[in-house]
Amino acid sequence: MTATAHRAVGQPLPRVEGPDKVTGTAKYAAEYQVGDDVAYAWVVQSPVPRGRLVDVQVDPLLDVIAVLWHGNAPRLADGDDPELAVLQSDQISYRGQAVALVVARTLEAARRGAQELSLTIEKEPHDAVLRTDHPDLYTPSVVNPSFPSETSAGDVSVAAPVTVDVTYTTPALHNNPMEPHATTAVWSGDDLILYDSNQHPAGVAATVGALFGLEPEQVHVVTEHVGGGFGSKGTARPNAVLAAMAARVTGHPVKLALPRQALFSMVGHRTPTIQRVRLGATADGVLTVIDHEAYSQSSRLLEFAEQTAVATRHMYAAPNRRTGHRLTRLDMPTPRWMRAPGEAPGMVALECAMDELAVALDMDPIELRVRNEPTVDPDSGKPFTSRHYVECLRRGADRFGWVNRNPRPRQRREGDWWIGTGVAGATYPTMAQPSTARVRDLGEDHFEVAIAAADLGTGARTILTQIAADALGVPVTRVRLRIGDSTLPKASVAGGSSGSASWGWAVTGACRSLRETGQSEVVFDSTEIVGRQEKEGKHAFGAHFAEVRVDAVTGEVRVSRLFGMYACGRILNPRTARSQFIGGMTMGMGMALFEEGVLDPAMGEWVNHDLAEYHIPAHADIESIEAEWLDEEDSAVNPMGSKGIGEIGIVGSPAAILNAVWHATGVRIRDLPARLDKILPFL
Amino acid sequence: MKTFTYRTATDAEGGLEPGATFLAGGTNLVDLMKLGVATPDVLVDVTRLGLDEVSERPGGGLRIGAGVRNSDLAAHPLVRRDFPVLSQALLAGASGQLRNMATTGGNLLQRTRCRYFMDPTKPCNKHAPGTGCPAREGDHRNLAVLGGSEHCIATHPSDMAVAMVALDAVVNTSQRAIPVSDLYRLPGDDPSRDTVLEHGELITSVDLPVLKGKSAYRKVRDRASYAFAVSSVAAAVTVADGRVTDVRLAFGAVAPKPWRALIAEEALRGQPATRESFLAAADAELAAAEPLRDNAFKIPLVRNLVASVLEGLTS
Repeated sequence: MTATAHRAVGQPLPRVEGPDKVTGTAKYAAEYQVGDDVAYAWVVQSPVPRGRLVDVQVDPLLDVIAVLWHGNAPRLADGDDPELAVLQSDQISYRGQAVALVVARTLEAARRGAQELSLTIEKEPHDAVLRTDHPDLYTPSVVNPSFPSETSAGDVSVAAPVTVDVTYTTPALHNNPMEPHATTAVWSGDDLILYDSNQHPAGVAATVGALFGLEPEQVHVVTEHVGGGFGSKGTARPNAVLAAMAARVTGHPVKLALPRQALFSMVGHRTPTIQRVRLGATADGVLTVIDHEAYSQSSRLLEFAEQTAVATRHMYAAPNRRTGHRLTRLDMPTPRWMRAPGEAPGMVALECAMDELAVALDMDPIELRVRNEPTVDPDSGKPFTSRHYVECLRRGADRFGWVNRNPRPRQRREGDWWIGTGVAGATYPTMAQPSTARVRDLGEDHFEVAIAAADLGTGARTILTQIAADALGVPVTRVRLRIGDSTLPKASVAGGSSGSASWGWAVTGACRSLRETGQSEVVFDSTEIVGRQEKEGKHAFGAHFAEVRVDAVTGEVRVSRLFGMYACGRILNPRTARSQFIGGMTMGMGMALFEEGVLDPAMGEWVNHDLAEYHIPAHADIESIEAEWLDEEDSAVNPMGSKGIGEIGIVGSPAAILNAVWHATGVRIRDLPARLDKILPFL
Repeated sequence: MKTFTYRTATDAEGGLEPGATFLAGGTNLVDLMKLGVATPDVLVDVTRLGLDEVSERPGGGLRIGAGVRNSDLAAHPLVRRDFPVLSQALLAGASGQLRNMATTGGNLLQRTRCRYFMDPTKPCNKHAPGTGCPAREGDHRNLAVLGGSEHCIATHPSDMAVAMVALDAVVNTSQRAIPVSDLYRLPGDDPSRDTVLEHGELITSVDLPVLKGKSAYRKVRDRASYAFAVSSVAAAVTVADGRVTDVRLAFGAVAPKPWRALIAEEALRGQPATRESFLAAADAELAAAEPLRDNAFKIPLVRNLVASVLEGLTS
């Protein structure tokens, strides 16, 4: 019992499943061997954005087992998610929607069958473009998950000596986990086994089971390893339902892995946004007005209202403040969660506008932020359990080398390169959801800890092992952790940067209880204790710094240095934490410079739907990227004192890069991404 | 994916039955087959014909076998020493893994990455003649400003070919020798055919004549690696007494073929090797450009590139 002397938490333990992954023995959803009679399914996606699928003709010479469409597919029970009512209706709601499924004995035959299918479609006029004067714009009653759409205090129309009034636009962004959404479905009588790539095995089991009229214990979802999700696997996606349906109809085990192209439409994306930010300040840089209005889109199928302006409610003090959201429904795919939904695009607009205000004030952008540091949460009026934003800015400035920065743009030139630096703040809410964990004493000081969590590659399995080891007072080698299975004790979704807190809370409870009671098995449900917690005033903060160089000949932007300083409570594992931080920052670089779903309005589609054409940062784009953190104590958030770190790296890092582009060149890019063709004309 | 048969070619004489196509590295063709853009009945593998030698030609210059892998060609000591523009162009293309597979002949014959061409569910005069070109109104930021037609504004994606055009390379086929500049055809009213090659005509090698003067390739792209060019320039230049005595210029990613800038070359010969001359030459070539809504930036970009590359070679 020397838990405090040899704490595992805080140690850079390598991923416990790392050897399995690098040797290829770790199995992903489409890789399970499920028998010689396995069949393969290929999704037929709608080639039009709106209309009715009238008929499907199948060439009898095609080597397929089955072709499913709404004319012959089994009926599903009603569910909450219209995207999962696959092949139930003749209505086509967006280009790329699943309208048929071809099942064959080989992947190639299924794909060929899908390409050869003859669809009779009655096409209807469509509308694919988000704009601020769209006649169908409305104010959603809440934005995700349940925030008020609008908040207001004081009067944002008051005059201010110094103002900025700017509009920033961000394009559709696509999650693109390395492992595509994939399912292997096997029926055993009326029981269903799904090997499925997702962020929430128990949620997928419940959702898919309900659609097929199954009791919860009839569905078993196995999610041992996940090759990334970034939010797009937070709930069951159409692949899981289609695979189960195909297996049911054909009697074969069925594998369905979506091709990369389908990930751009069928599984969710980050909505495009148009954001207007108005800031007013006194001449000495005290904010008097913060007004942030965000426009975004959803599909005809369901309302998904991104919480774009919500982070702005918590960042800076100002007596007159307003945030609002406007939404329109288009004949386009349904947006979903993508890493820091709301915060990532919202903080582009706010933190670039703050930079513009600093320029208008002739004030250092760090000093402007420090001057407007609130003493309490400006939204709720309640205190923060911990907030070290200013410390992140100050310490980050020291580490990055911000001192003596010439605030004027276009001052530093080396050869053909214009060089500049930028800063932006970061924030992300600290959350926890109820979960249940079980611990068993296996004897001889070995323990099995079980919880239906999912490890998306983040290190969740490793961190939970460390948490359990400390709570049990044993070395990590004595703990066997079981996750990734819906039949294990119920866990919350791997989302909202809340996995470690939620699951760790339950694991801690179970392990402590086992030690305290001396029992050989304990199940701990955190529902009650998590439910009692105050939700307000819990946020992680950080500051991002970027140095960029812009080629005067070509307008090409390169990020020479990207640095993040974070205050995120206790860091449970510095190795996996660093991965999370710099992974988020890398994705932020993609958002600032590369990533864009290119819309063809006439097609009603993002036409660059593969990773050759939809650019994310390549290795050569990453030069120096570093993350550091403060030792932040916060015992109010959860037993580990940890805050979620999976998303904060993408919040503010795009703004830091864009602000650095301005500082390098004097060119202010307000329409992301900052491609060379937008910069070159002004160099 | 359409069912096909596969066999290995036994000689380099060319000749194919209808529906057959040659397969080399497969880095482009196999992708197109998966997507349903290419639907051959028969693949004839030409990678075992021994066409993988780089040799010095009598009298100078190099002969590059059509099967030489891009990575091997880029690293070849004679290429690095005598044709830096070619080595640089190869290394600017694709990724290490792709360059290990891709061959010289296959690289020349790769298809456009126009996003409409790559998607058989969309209209495209190149993959489905007569269906129209949605790129003109739609996404064309990275499509042609030179040499296009109302039927097609696709760009040729190769970096290597741009360097070869500037080098006056000659393509040897199973039937004839073709200057690489003449290998490609402009789309006109038939965008479906990229080259003048007949069905079954096999590229066996590429000849590079002796290069005098310094050469370089510069590629602009949307990220630092693993991206097709937004624009590129291959240049070789000789200067005597401050004047340009010989110059070869080719542009990539601005036209349906690697674009030999003959007008610019003509304008430069005999002129002072100055930025002003370089810009004037670029302007002369680009006067014929016909940009659309979103690709006009390529004109000043190429202009800047020409001046920058030539300044780098002559300073």
